[in-house]
Amino acid sequence: MTALLEVSDLVVDFPTSSDGVFHAVDRVSFTVSAGERVGIVGESGSGKSLTSQALMRLVPSPGTVSQGMVLFEGEDVMSFSPKKLQTWRGSQTAMVFQDPMSSLNPLMRIGRQITESLQVHLGLSKAESRTRAIELLQKVGIPDAESRLSDFPGAFSGGMRQRVCIAIATACAPKLLIADEPTTALDVTVQAQVLDLLDNMASELNTGVILISHDLGVISSFCDRILVMYAGRIVEQGTAEQIVGDPQHPYTKALLASILKLGEPIPRRLRSISGAPPTAGHRPAGCSFAARCASVIDTCLTIDPALVPAENTRPTNTTATSTTTTFAGTPEQLVACGVAAPAAFAISEGATAA
Amino acid sequence: MFWWILRRLGQMAIVLFGVVSLAFLLVYAVPADPATTLAGPNASAATIASIHKQLGLDEPLWQQYLGFIGRLLTGDLGTSYVLRETPVFGRIAAALPTTLLVAVGGIIWQILLGVPAGIYAAYRRGSWVDRVITFISLIGLSAPPFWLGLLLIYYFAFTWGLFPLNGLGDPVIWFLVLPTFTLGAGGGAWYARMTRTNMIETLDSPFVRMARAKGMPEHVILWRHSFRHIAIPLITMIGLDFGYFLGGVVIVETVFGLNGIGRLAFDAISNLDTPMIVGTVLFAAIFIVVVNFIVDLLYSVIDPRVRLNS
Repeated sequence: MTALLEVSDLVVDFPTSSDGVFHAVDRVSFTVSAGERVGIVGESGSGKSLTSQALMRLVPSPGTVSQGMVLFEGEDVMSFSPKKLQTWRGSQTAMVFQDPMSSLNPLMRIGRQITESLQVHLGLSKAESRTRAIELLQKVGIPDAESRLSDFPGAFSGGMRQRVCIAIATACAPKLLIADEPTTALDVTVQAQVLDLLDNMASELNTGVILISHDLGVISSFCDRILVMYAGRIVEQGTAEQIVGDPQHPYTKALLASILKLGEPIPRRLRSISGAPPTAGHRPAGCSFAARCASVIDTCLTIDPALVPAENTRPTNTTATSTTTTFAGTPEQLVACGVAAPAAFAISEGATAA
Repeated sequence: MFWWILRRLGQMAIVLFGVVSLAFLLVYAVPADPATTLAGPNASAATIASIHKQLGLDEPLWQQYLGFIGRLLTGDLGTSYVLRETPVFGRIAAALPTTLLVAVGGIIWQILLGVPAGIYAAYRRGSWVDRVITFISLIGLSAPPFWLGLLLIYYFAFTWGLFPLNGLGDPVIWFLVLPTFTLGAGGGAWYARMTRTNMIETLDSPFVRMARAKGMPEHVILWRHSFRHIAIPLITMIGLDFGYFLGGVVIVETVFGLNGIGRLAFDAISNLDTPMIVGTVLFAAIFIVVVNFIVDLLYSVIDPRVRLNS
């Protein structure tokens, strides 16, 4: 089975004030199969949104994709002509953004914002696209859909607007849907409804979904597979069960530890990961998480670990790390940490030890 | 909506009353006597006194003011001190078409020169076209209208004979090209800069990114999604400029020998012709107030977020 989306060694660069470049996304590789849900989790500035924007070739200026390949059904997205790119966006792939308040055009009626995609991509007539828009609005649970077509976004609540955005995104039955923090700007009660809706729409259309969130709870309940990003890199990836049940990277562990659990007493201070991620252009020589890591060792400060297959038996049993494991392919847990999987250091040594 | 309009009309009346009163009183604050200006420096005291009596200037100020306001309410702006035979209203009405033509032409040049250039510069931000447009607009902003007007007359009218030298004739559009361009050039440069800034801001906004992610063609993103957003500040500027131009554009009218409201006002001030000064000020104020009212109405047409509440 060929993957729906194959991303390899994606690098997004931003120029820094001191004439250098900063890899905001650094050699990110992952795959999404048809109908699969992949979650990207990480804190602000970890590069998760940029990764998704790079896939759609929507990296905001002055950022550039300097390296890497994005294959969509085997086709190289980075080499699409502007015309091809435009027809591909919206029909094959779609995006739901974080802030439904500002991602709908405040000066255009909701109906027009839905029908224009249908007209451009599916070639529907005015009347046909209108009928279809009403169906779409009903599907995403907007009551009185027909009369609401002529409303402006200002007449909708945040949750309703995100429903409209989902209707727009799913209008042309895309094969890949990227949802960039779709629930972050919403009330907790509305969050669950919007996620359910996303879930239903994706199941119905067998759409592959990339869900981006800083909320591991949201991600783990929704996704088949999870990528954990830190400082522009994927530090661990695996199935939702592996990441939640058997986290290997200290960052993933720390993220999980900061979630409150039902049944346990609530601590006076919520647990958090101390410190902050490295700022643009100030990535340390070794592991970029080292300064905040609970299990840091000397090697971490000098050698940058690479992503290697993790041993799901605990770190003590790491001598038998096989070098024959292939990188891409079926989901397996990968981790970039020498403490959990010392092989990560062994592989990258020499290459980045400078 | 109805109450909003009614309230606005009330406000407009108050503003106009204030403007007229201020203009009337300010003329009296000037330490000069219209009678002396009329009769010349060698006139005898008796002549001055008789002119005072003739013009009603011997009455106390409050009486003159009340008389003026009373006549104004009946639509009578009085008679010019200098041109005794013509009422002020008639003079202004006669000058209005010229001013209107020049103002409309100036606005058209501003839009034609500024808006497409600004949109293109924003769309191709950072390119050499953007830099060229920004540079030319700097020249346009820096060129004084009297200099630009004389330059245009010298080359386009005098040397090459492409356009008439001055005044108005037939076909009128031929006579209007140079004066309206002179009037609109600086504004066009200003519009280009403003349009560029607003368009850049709009093109960076989340809904434009969403439109891109939706796979909308570039022309749809520019015109359907973005243009309305730059139309609001644009209409504000056009409204302000239009009101301002209708009040008379002294420099352009002088350079091109046009008898518009600007020259009327200028001559009136030179001669201390009180009724004419107040009349032209009143008309300028009316234009600005009315155009502002129309602009506010247009906001609510363009932007559904604007509600006309009282």
